[in-house]
Amino acid sequence: MEQSNTTPREARRRAWPMEKHRVEDWIGRIYTSICVVFLIAVIISIVYFVTSKGVATFAVNGVSLKEFFLGTNWNPQADTPSFGALPFITGSFMVTLLAALIASPLSISAALFMTEIVPSFGKRILQPAIELLSGIPSVVYGFIGLSVIVPFLREHVGGQGIGIGAGALVLSIMILPTITSVAADALASLPRGLREASYALGATRWQTIYRVVLPTVMPALLTGIVLGMARAFGEALAVQMVIGNSPHIPTSLLESASTLTSVITLGMGNTAMGSIQNNALWSMALVLMLMTFVFVLIIRLLERRNRL
Amino acid sequence: MSRKLPILLFTLTMILVLAACGSNTGTTGSGSTTGTTGEASTGTELSGSVLAVGSTALQPLVDQVAQKFMADSKYANVSVQVQGGGSGTGLTQVSEGQANIGNSDVFAEEKLDADKAKELVDHQVAVVAIATVANEAAGVTNLTKQQLVDIFTGKVKNWKDVGGKDQAIVIVNRPSSSGTRATYEKFALGQKVEDLAGSIQEDSSGTVKKLVTETPGAIGYLALSYLDDSLKAIQYDGVDASVENVESGKYPVWAYEHMYTKGEPDAATKALLDYMLTDEVQNGDVKDLGYISISGMQVKRDVEGKITK
Repeated sequence: MEQSNTTPREARRRAWPMEKHRVEDWIGRIYTSICVVFLIAVIISIVYFVTSKGVATFAVNGVSLKEFFLGTNWNPQADTPSFGALPFITGSFMVTLLAALIASPLSISAALFMTEIVPSFGKRILQPAIELLSGIPSVVYGFIGLSVIVPFLREHVGGQGIGIGAGALVLSIMILPTITSVAADALASLPRGLREASYALGATRWQTIYRVVLPTVMPALLTGIVLGMARAFGEALAVQMVIGNSPHIPTSLLESASTLTSVITLGMGNTAMGSIQNNALWSMALVLMLMTFVFVLIIRLLERRNRL
Repeated sequence: MSRKLPILLFTLTMILVLAACGSNTGTTGSGSTTGTTGEASTGTELSGSVLAVGSTALQPLVDQVAQKFMADSKYANVSVQVQGGGSGTGLTQVSEGQANIGNSDVFAEEKLDADKAKELVDHQVAVVAIATVANEAAGVTNLTKQQLVDIFTGKVKNWKDVGGKDQAIVIVNRPSSSGTRATYEKFALGQKVEDLAGSIQEDSSGTVKKLVTETPGAIGYLALSYLDDSLKAIQYDGVDASVENVESGKYPVWAYEHMYTKGEPDAATKALLDYMLTDEVQNGDVKDLGYISISGMQVKRDVEGKITK
């Protein structure tokens, strides 16, 4: 018969549709490819949409880049509208940096405590507890900020209570779990030999942590901090509830201010799509998106350094 | 084959995505007409779906009335969906045909381009009055229009200059795009005011109420329905912010709640709009939720703010 004459290769090709594991292979391959392509399409669509809308402010409505990025006067509804977004940009950076300054020492200390000082208790109880923090919805943080932190600041520090200070405090609590988790994971993955060698040389625990452990995991710690900052930079709801939303650069931490996210959430629903006010908000969304790319880029660079 | 496959799939997906984008307005446009065609084919039985989007200030009323409307056996085949999003969103979506009804706190002319606004038909369903409110520590019960202007433009910074206690003024304003703020500026202050450094801006009435109640020396403005014993309204030029004074036209700080349709509404949408204006709704739900009934108004106001008896 013919079959006996065919080469093994041909036999395999003929039998191909019958072989189950091959079919499974192909189904899996096609399915994952579709998912990846879908994801890429979504990302490209979002980037394209935000960019085209954001650029329209300058290209169609004729707002100058200089006015947008350096102007301090935000008054889109006035008869001669002005679109200075500098107060929002500085506001975003101020709350983000302050939140990172408050949260980083706390988180890194907590991570050290969990991994170096009482590893068993830390692994079993502290880590889940801190991870729980990241599951709390941001509106809850905002509400706590408005009901507890703002009145506290108003009574004990002065001013309106509302402002950059309150915003940074709320955000620092929100990014605490992010930084702590990354730091704790990095610390836990250090090879034991490193610490043992240090102890063998007669170093105390503090000396080991300070001179050996921390310098080794520094890039990972920085990654955690940048991740936290990225979250803080993009957070809208909680910040909007406690920051006061005045479109001015504040002169004190206890004075009403705005961030890019807060002005977008306040204005997006109230402005008509395609109007210049709405486009200006999209431009700010574009700035936010570009900043997120920068954060991701920094994280990538840090990771590369970590590997070396 | 294995190398070309992802590229092929990628192009396919992109085509699908783009096609979905393009047909978006088309399909929803035809969706709004299903109400009419459905109604025509079945004769008396009304069917279809109505999507109302927009103002969060009007949303609770439309939501509640829509529930009652759908529970009514006459309209059992009509489904109504109510969404928030703000006046600007509502007007945009109804103008683009994505929604059947656009809920708005302001006249469409104030948000949209003139030619787009012209296509929309206004249905006024209720009135909302806005009252000036101040923190207890202010110590005032009446403010004149000029005093309010001085406060909101930053000329007066302490309550003692307008007859109150020695207490710094903290302004709790709305964002500049807010419909409530537009109404307040137009009818209470008579002019647009800039955002002052240090002033607070909140969009939600709940937050405004909380901040004015708690912050010493704070001043803000709220719809009448938000007032209670913890926060009392301040008289405007000696006139109480009350329902009777709004209806008689004595108290000027009020605005219509609009439900816009693009052109004349289809049958299902029209049924809902008519239902909104029935006595049952106007004297029941409208009043229960703190709005002022449109049927009780003894004065009318047009887009320019001209009042007619």
